Amino acid sequence: MTTLIALEHLRKVYGSGETQVVALDDISLAIDHGEFVAVMGPSGSGKSTAMNIIGCLDTPTAGTYRFDGREVTTLDRDARALLRRGQIGFVFQGFNLLKRTTALENVELPLVYRGVARAERRRLARDALAKVGLEGREGHSQAELSGGQQQRVAIARAIVTAPALLLADEPTGNLDSERSRDIMTLLAGLNRDAGITIVMVTHEPDMAAFARRRVRFLDGRILADERLAS
Amino acid sequence: MIGAAAVLRMALVELGRNPMRSGLTTLGIVIGIAAVIALVTLGQGASASITNTISGLGRNLVIVSPGNARQGGPPQAAAPFKLGDLRAIEREVSGIAAMAGVGILAVNAVLGNASYATSAFGSELSYLAVREWPLSAGRVFDEGEMRSGKAVCIIGQTLVRELFGAQDPLGVAIRVGGTSCQVIGVLSPKGQSIVGQDQDNVVLLPLTTFQRRLAGNTDISTIMVSAASPDLTTKVQEDIRSLLHERRRVPPGKQDDFQVNDLSEIATIVGGVTVILTALLGAIAAISLLVGGIGIMNIMLVSVTERTREIGIRLAIGALEREVLAQFLAEAVLLSLIGGLIGVALGLGLSYAGTRVLALPFIVDPLVVAGAALFSGLVGVGFGFFPARRAARMDPIEALRHE
Repeated sequence: MTTLIALEHLRKVYGSGETQVVALDDISLAIDHGEFVAVMGPSGSGKSTAMNIIGCLDTPTAGTYRFDGREVTTLDRDARALLRRGQIGFVFQGFNLLKRTTALENVELPLVYRGVARAERRRLARDALAKVGLEGREGHSQAELSGGQQQRVAIARAIVTAPALLLADEPTGNLDSERSRDIMTLLAGLNRDAGITIVMVTHEPDMAAFARRRVRFLDGRILADERLAS
Repeated sequence: MIGAAAVLRMALVELGRNPMRSGLTTLGIVIGIAAVIALVTLGQGASASITNTISGLGRNLVIVSPGNARQGGPPQAAAPFKLGDLRAIEREVSGIAAMAGVGILAVNAVLGNASYATSAFGSELSYLAVREWPLSAGRVFDEGEMRSGKAVCIIGQTLVRELFGAQDPLGVAIRVGGTSCQVIGVLSPKGQSIVGQDQDNVVLLPLTTFQRRLAGNTDISTIMVSAASPDLTTKVQEDIRSLLHERRRVPPGKQDDFQVNDLSEIATIVGGVTVILTALLGAIAAISLLVGGIGIMNIMLVSVTERTREIGIRLAIGALEREVLAQFLAEAVLLSLIGGLIGVALGLGLSYAGTRVLALPFIVDPLVVAGAALFSGLVGVGFGFFPARRAARMDPIEALRHE
């Protein structure tokens, strides 16, 4: 297996002087293609900061980050946007669908920025919605979908571009346990069948159990990194 | 990179999601553009109407009259012109297309029991050429009538109305200042002069007839000269002035006892006033456009704040800064352009109604219409840029956290 994410001696410091906060303190982490990693830890442990850097939404103060062998810490804002556009899908706790917009249009959005033609866009978006089990709901807007369905739309939006990496930030945080398990089963299936690398932040051990590797953060450091036998 | 068509479609879809707000936002631009179009069109109509009135007096007209109003004090009696002066100008001054000496007398025109106060004009045939005044019926004087001073006349529309009503005046004899003369022609309507005089209240007689039967002298009150081209009016004016200065033997150091006026001077002054007025009204209207632009900026800023999360999502999934900028700029430009187009239509409608009410010509200047539409687009760019840049520069992490 080749390495997809390689973090080396990563530091992230907010503010300066006396108000300085060290969010990440010398983090090194390697994640291979095809892994399903659960990132755990209390709030303020630095896991969200790490996720933002892995997702190329933020840059570290020091250290290096290579994505699929490519140094990304030195990339400018537009280059990082292009990397996200091509390689990374995001799933958020709060779903973050566009309001007053149909499921299909939401899923099409990343393809719009990729310059995919309309008909092709439609087809890919329908396929992605089918993969998350939402056939027949293409025309529904956010308000007409349940929480679980909204998160499925968000997952379809994240995978419609066939990204190398799917970043999920507490994807089940707003869902009841039954819906949560559905979503986790879906993510595990995408990881297994489509080979999408998944890095997921979660508080809940039940959900982390779906992953095959657990990384625990505490006070800006990695406390534990355990692989589970599948 | 995402295409212009996609950006426009995205902007249109966004505006369509909130039609009420979009409509209200464009209102400022609608009113601003409508005001500019209406005021400028009305101003141009008024200007054209005034120019028409002035040129209605005659083309490149130079008017020579005895006396000098510029001296101040009570008007002094100055010797009238004679036919000799006329002939001398004809002979000595070049660049003249047509000229006519006119004798003028206030008289009553009488037919049966009807009597109407009017002006009797005695002149040569060239008078109608200088005034560019065609007949609407009948014929002009012939050579014989001119020479022998026959009692014939041509009357204006007002006299036709007041004396004859619906009756045909041709061939009928009327009394003009005590002299009976036969109506042989009717002048076409000319309307009011620039000083509000009814130009159609006139009876025209051959100069000889006028001098022998009405005035009882050989005086000529006014000489009207039509220069061959607008550039020549000044030269013609100067030449006439120096010629008459000599002929009338004005003593050295004394002012001329006659004046030579150029109507284009009046036209220039009046035209200048209208241009200033139009510009002033246009400027006031432009201020309302500015206010409309600020309205758009306001709403776009609110919209950007309200859609912070959406912007975060777009940025996270890989929208470039300039793509987000383009989207929000496109929304602002579309808002103001649509407002501009509605404003143009409304403005044209209003000015059409206005010109009808004020009896002015309805003149649409395509340059003003195109300029207004273009300007509304520029307002969108100008006032949409700041909010759009704010959207584009957002930090996606912060934006996604926004409640």
